Amino acid sequence: MHGLANPARFLRFARWLTPLCLGLGLAVTTGALAYGLLGAPADRLMGETVRILFLHVPAAWLGMAGWMTIAGASVTELVWRHPLAAIAARAAAVPGAVFTAICLVTGSIWGRPTWGTWWVWDGRLTSMLVLLFLYFGYIALSDVARRDGGNGRVAAIFGIVGAINVPIINRSVVWWNSLHQPPSITMGKSAIDAAFLWPLLAAAIGFTLIFAGVVLARMRAILADAQAEARLRRKAMVSDPFEALA
Amino acid sequence: MREALDQWDFVLAAYAVGVLGTLGMIAWSWLSMRRAEKRRDESRKR
Repeated sequence: MHGLANPARFLRFARWLTPLCLGLGLAVTTGALAYGLLGAPADRLMGETVRILFLHVPAAWLGMAGWMTIAGASVTELVWRHPLAAIAARAAAVPGAVFTAICLVTGSIWGRPTWGTWWVWDGRLTSMLVLLFLYFGYIALSDVARRDGGNGRVAAIFGIVGAINVPIINRSVVWWNSLHQPPSITMGKSAIDAAFLWPLLAAAIGFTLIFAGVVLARMRAILADAQAEARLRRKAMVSDPFEALA
Repeated sequence: MREALDQWDFVLAAYAVGVLGTLGMIAWSWLSMRRAEKRRDESRKR
């Protein structure tokens, strides 16, 4: 990890990894979703709506994984002062929020024909909505820190404290009564038939590669913006030091 | 009384949301990265 602390070394590595992750991710996801839509059988209880599984579940996993990325990067930033950790945390926020929103919307669409309602204020749905609001808060805090030239410590602490919501989301269907089904996949065990399980894992791998590609692209954009701003500021200092400081 | 809902309408709506949301996010992140790197390269030349 410390080998990549040098932005120039990270960029050399990210330049080929970004299109690779996005291209491979798009190919795997397209195959898995095409199978989910056209090849997978209908479920005995849920009927055709079971096909939403291949989108909804990876989006939920990545919504939570996105916040764990923020929390892990924030710890790395505060403890080890890794120069790219804050950038990685900021880069994970938007894709994490997008996947959380996709999870909420597809879940709501799935709920209408399955439960007879678009929304219920139960533990799982409410804690997932809280996660989306946490993302909005983190994006706002890290933007303010960047604009004001701050060090982003407040955003990092917010990222670590907000991680408390992730185990709550995970255990919510066990702790409280819910219309949402209990976990179908636990450590080493699955209650899902192989006809759904393997394409679901393929979709999860594909979406994870897309997530990684988007995070790398965001990191490259944030780094490039910072380098351009620093260069322009240096030039302004050289040409007119008093004006640049004003 | 049981409502007559076509399950495929819900499946297609969910796929539209998921696919368009993902593709939109990929396009936005890729284009903003290219724009930022172009701006950095131009600032180097000036």
